[in-house]
Amino acid sequence: MAGADGDDSLYPIAVLIDELRNEDVQLRLNSIKKLSTIALALGVERTRTELLPFLTDTIYDEDEVLLALAEQLGNFTMLVGGPEYVHCLLPPLESLATVEETVVRDKAVESLRKISQEHSPVDLEVHFEPLVKRLASGDWFTSRTSACGLFSVCYPRVSSTVKAEIRQHFRTLCSDDTPMVRRAAASKLGEFAKVLELDYVKSDIISLFTALASDEQDSVRLLAVEACVSIATLLPQEDLETLVMPTLRQAAEDKSWRVRYMVADKFSELQKAVGPEITKNDLVPAFQNLLKDCEAEVRAAAANKVKEFCENLPEDNREQIIMTHILPCVKELVSDTNQHVKSALASVIMGLSTILGKDNTIEHLLPLFLAQLKDECPEVRLNIISNLDCVNEVIGIRQLSQSLLPAIVELAEDAKWRVRLAIIEYMPLLAGQLGVEFFDEKLNTLCMAWLIDHVYAIREAATCNLMKLVEKFGAEWAQNTIVPKVLGMANDPNYLHRMTTLFCINVIVHCCGYPYREITTKQMLPVVLKMSNDQVANVRFNVAKSLQKIGPVLDSNALQTEVKPVLEKLASDTDMDVKYFAQEAISVLALA
Amino acid sequence: METTKLPPSSPSSPTTSFSVPSAEKVDGFPRRSMRRARQRRSHSSSQFRYQSSQVELTPLPLLKDAPVAELHDLFCKKLQQCCVLFDFLDCVADLKGKEIKRAALNELVESVATSRGVLIEPLYPEAIKMISVNIFRTLPPSENPEFDPEEDEPTLEASWPHLQLVYEFFLRFLESPDFQPSMAKRYVDQKFVLQLLELFDSEDPREREYLKTILHRVYGKLLGLRAYIRKQINNIFLRFIYETEHFNGVAELLEILGSIINGFALPLKAEHKQFLVRVLIPLHTAKSLSIFHAQLAYCVVQFMEKDATVTEYIIRGLLKYWPKTCTQKEVMFLGEIEEILDVIEPSQFIRVQEPLFKQIAACISSPHFQVAERALYFWNNEYILSLIEENCQVILPLVFATLYRVSKEHWNQTIVSLIYNVLKTFMEMNSKLFDDLTASYKVEKQKLKKKLVADGVQGHLHLSSSVMHIKSKSSQAKVCYNLNDINQKVFCFPSKHKHYSKHF
Repeated sequence: MAGADGDDSLYPIAVLIDELRNEDVQLRLNSIKKLSTIALALGVERTRTELLPFLTDTIYDEDEVLLALAEQLGNFTMLVGGPEYVHCLLPPLESLATVEETVVRDKAVESLRKISQEHSPVDLEVHFEPLVKRLASGDWFTSRTSACGLFSVCYPRVSSTVKAEIRQHFRTLCSDDTPMVRRAAASKLGEFAKVLELDYVKSDIISLFTALASDEQDSVRLLAVEACVSIATLLPQEDLETLVMPTLRQAAEDKSWRVRYMVADKFSELQKAVGPEITKNDLVPAFQNLLKDCEAEVRAAAANKVKEFCENLPEDNREQIIMTHILPCVKELVSDTNQHVKSALASVIMGLSTILGKDNTIEHLLPLFLAQLKDECPEVRLNIISNLDCVNEVIGIRQLSQSLLPAIVELAEDAKWRVRLAIIEYMPLLAGQLGVEFFDEKLNTLCMAWLIDHVYAIREAATCNLMKLVEKFGAEWAQNTIVPKVLGMANDPNYLHRMTTLFCINVIVHCCGYPYREITTKQMLPVVLKMSNDQVANVRFNVAKSLQKIGPVLDSNALQTEVKPVLEKLASDTDMDVKYFAQEAISVLALA
Repeated sequence: METTKLPPSSPSSPTTSFSVPSAEKVDGFPRRSMRRARQRRSHSSSQFRYQSSQVELTPLPLLKDAPVAELHDLFCKKLQQCCVLFDFLDCVADLKGKEIKRAALNELVESVATSRGVLIEPLYPEAIKMISVNIFRTLPPSENPEFDPEEDEPTLEASWPHLQLVYEFFLRFLESPDFQPSMAKRYVDQKFVLQLLELFDSEDPREREYLKTILHRVYGKLLGLRAYIRKQINNIFLRFIYETEHFNGVAELLEILGSIINGFALPLKAEHKQFLVRVLIPLHTAKSLSIFHAQLAYCVVQFMEKDATVTEYIIRGLLKYWPKTCTQKEVMFLGEIEEILDVIEPSQFIRVQEPLFKQIAACISSPHFQVAERALYFWNNEYILSLIEENCQVILPLVFATLYRVSKEHWNQTIVSLIYNVLKTFMEMNSKLFDDLTASYKVEKQKLKKKLVADGVQGHLHLSSSVMHIKSKSSQAKVCYNLNDINQKVFCFPSKHKHYSKHF
C-alpha cells in the first residue's frame, strides 16, 4: 500500500507545488510544464478540489506562465476524472480567456475548444454554454474577443432554444463597438456559418457578412473576404449571385489596398467557391483589375495566383480567356516597376506553358521567359530558372539554352552569396535537362569555381552539388572530369581549398561506392594519405575523418598496409583534435 | 498624349537597384539590401486612381478683389475647385492645374486667417468636404516593410505641396474667431474623427505634426466628440499593443493625451483609471518604446499628479513589464521611475518601496554599466534620497548585499566608485544598521565558503551563482542574473503571433 512510503514519493511533487509559488518565473514555468505530473500524483479528487482552485488564483502571473498553463489545461480531462468532470477545468480557462495578452488568450480558447468536445450535451448546456455567454457579454473587449471563437464548437450540440441564443450573441458581437471584437467575429464568421443550418446562413450570416464587409475599418473588411470563401461554399449556386457577389465585387474594388490584397491573396479559393460561371463573368475582370492595381503589394499577390487561376478556369474556353484577358496583363507585369511583382510573376509564369501548350508557349510565353531571364533583379531570374522543369515538359529546354547560359553565369557570380547558393541548388536539375555534353562544355567550370568560393556555405553546397552530379552522370564521368580537378586542389596553398578536396573525396566515394573501388584506391587514397603530413591541423584531422569514410570501400590489404600506419601516426599528433578523430577512425575501422 | 507608364529613362524608374554597393560584397548578410537599394521615392496616395477623368481647372478671380456680395460665392467655388486631386508622382503632369489649386488654397488659408465674417453656415459643409476629399485616403503600403523609425528615413507624402495647405486651411478654420462649434459638429462627426485618427499612421512626420495640432483643437472645441476620441485612441493603442505592433503616430497621440489627462476632473472616473492600467501601462511592452517613451512617461506622471492613489498601479505595472533582455529599454524604465519618484507622495512610496528596490538592486548588479549607472544616479536625486533616508530600515537591507558584492565585482570603475558613494551615504544615514548588515553579510559569506569547500564545488561561475542562490534564500537582495536564467529567458520568451502584421 502507498501508506508509509507515500510521503516519500510525494516529496518531488511537494517541491513542484512549492515551485509554483516561487519568486523566480523560470521555476514557476518549469513547474507549470510538469503540471500533469503533479495532477497525476495528487489524484483526480485532489486535483479537482485543491490544484484547480489554486491555479485559478494564480491567474495574475506572468504571461509566459499563463501561456503554459492555458496549454496544459487543454489536456487535463483525464486528470480531473474524465469527461464527467471536465467542466472543472472551465473556471481557470475562463479567466485565462480574459487576459490581455493575445497569445495567452488564444491558447485558452484553443484549450476550451478542445475540452468542449469532451463535454456531454447536457454538460455543454449546463456549464459550457453559460461560460460562452458570460464571455460574450464581458465588460472588457478581451473576453468578448475570446467568445467569438467558442460559438461554433458548442452550436451543433445544443438545443434549438440555446442555438437561438448563441446566434443572437454572435450577431451582437459582429456589431460590437470595439473594432478588436468585430475583427474577432469577422475572422470566425466562416467557421460559424459552417455549423449553422442553411436557412440561418441565408437569413443571419449573410446580413452579418454584408455589414462586416462594409465596416468602417479596413482591418475588419479584409477579414470578411476570408469568410466569403466559406460562405460561398455553403450556399447553392443560384443564391450566390444575389447573396455573395455584390459584396465580393465591392471588396475587389475596395478603396483600401489591404482589402484588395486580401481578395488577391484568396483568389484561388474564391474562384473554387463561386464556381465556373461566376468566375467567367465576374472574376476574370476582377482579376485583370487586381493585376493592374495601383499598389505593388496587390499586384504581387495577384501575380502569385496567375497560374492557379488559369489552371482552374473552366476547360471549355480556358485558352481563349487566358489569351485574350489574362496574357495581356501578364505581359505588362513582366516589365513592372516593382521587383517584387516581377519576381512573384516569375515564380509562377512557367506553369502557364503546360496549360497553353507548345505552340502558344513558343509564340507568346517564350519571349516573356527570355525577358525575365534578362531582368535586372536576380530574384526574378532565379525564379525563372528554378521552374525550368515545367517548360522542359512542353517545349524542351533547348529553346531557352541560348539565353539561359548568360543568366546562369551571371547568377553564379552574383555578389550575394544567397543568390549563388540558390543557383547551385538548381544545377543538378539543369544538368539533367541540358545533358552531359552541354554541361561539360558550359557549366562544369562554374561548378568547380564554386568549390573555391570564399563563403563556406557555397563551398559546402558546391560539394553537395558534385555528389548529385556524380549520381546523375555516373562514376565514369566523375573519374574523367571531376576527380582530376578535385585532386589538383590538394596542393593548393590555401588550406581551405585543401580541405575542400577532402570533402569532395568524401562525397565521391559515397556515390561511386564499392564497384568503383579502383578510383578510390588508385587515385584518391594516395592523395588523402599524403595530406596527413599537412602543416595545418584542420586538414590533418579531416584526413582522419576522410579515411574513416573511405575505409569500408578499401580492401583489407590497403587498410592494413596504407591506412593503418597513417592513422596511427595521426593518433600521436600534437593536436588534440587530430588525435581524437584519428582514434575514432581507428576504432570505427577496427584497426586497433 | 496619354502616358500611363513612365518611360524607362524617367527619373523614377529604379535603376539604382542593380548596382551593388561595394560594401555589400564584403558583408555576407545583406538581408535588407534589396529594399534599401531601391530608389527612395515618395508615396503615392491610393486616392488618386479613383478620379476617373481629370477636370481642367481655370483660375477664378482673386478673393480680395471680389465685391462683398460675391465673396461667399467665390469662396465656395474655390473650395470646390480644391476638391480636384492631382498626381504628384508624375511631377510634370498638369502643372498648370496644380498651380491654380495651390494659389486657391493659399488664398483660402489667408482669407480664413485674416478676414472676419467669411465663415458663414453654408460654407461649413463645403469646407469640410474639401478637407475630407483631400486628406482622407488609404495610406499606401510602407515602402520599407521593416521600417524602423529610429534608423530609416521616413517616406514623405508626395502630394504634400497641396496637402500642407489643406491642413493649414483646416487649422485656421478651427482657430478662426468666427468658428462656431455648434455648426461644425454637424459635419465634423464621429466618422470624420475616426478617419482623422487613422491618418496618424502616416509615415510623414510633417503630416502627423499637423494632425496633432488639429486633433487637439477638435478635442478642445467640439465637446460632444471628446469621449469618442478618447475611446478610439484607446482602440488604436490596443491594436498597436496586441495586434499589429505598428502605428506611426503613437507619440503624437500620447502628446495630445498628456494635455487631455491634465484636464481630467477629480476624482478620476473609472474609465480614465482603466485607460491608465489597461492601455498606458501595457504600452510599455512595445518593441518601439523608445520612439514614444518621453510622451508616455509624461502621461504617466500626469496621472500621478492628478491622483496619487494610482501610484501603486503604475509602479507595480512597470515592475510587471520590466524588460528582461533589452538593456536600452531598462534604462528608459529607470528614467521613468525616477520621474515618478520625483513627484511621489511619501505615503505612496512606502507602499511600493519593497518590490521597487528589489528591482533597483537587480539593476545595480546588471553587467551592462549603463543600467547600473542609471539606477545608481537615483542617489544623486535629493528628493529620492530623502525618501530613502526616511525608510532606511527597509531599503538598506534590500540593497545592501547587492551593493557590497557589486562594489567588489563590477568590471566598470565608474560603477564601482558610484557604489562606494552610495555605501558611504548609507553609512552616514544609519551607521548602526550598516555595521550590522556588514557583519551578517560577512558571516553568511564565511558559512557559504565553508559549505562550498565541503561540497567540493569548483569553478568561479558555479560559486557565484550558488552565492546568489543562497543569498536569495536568506531573503537578502534578490538575485538578478544567473547566467543560465538569462539564456533560458532569451529562448523561451513567447513570440507573439500577429495575424494582421503581414498586411499592415
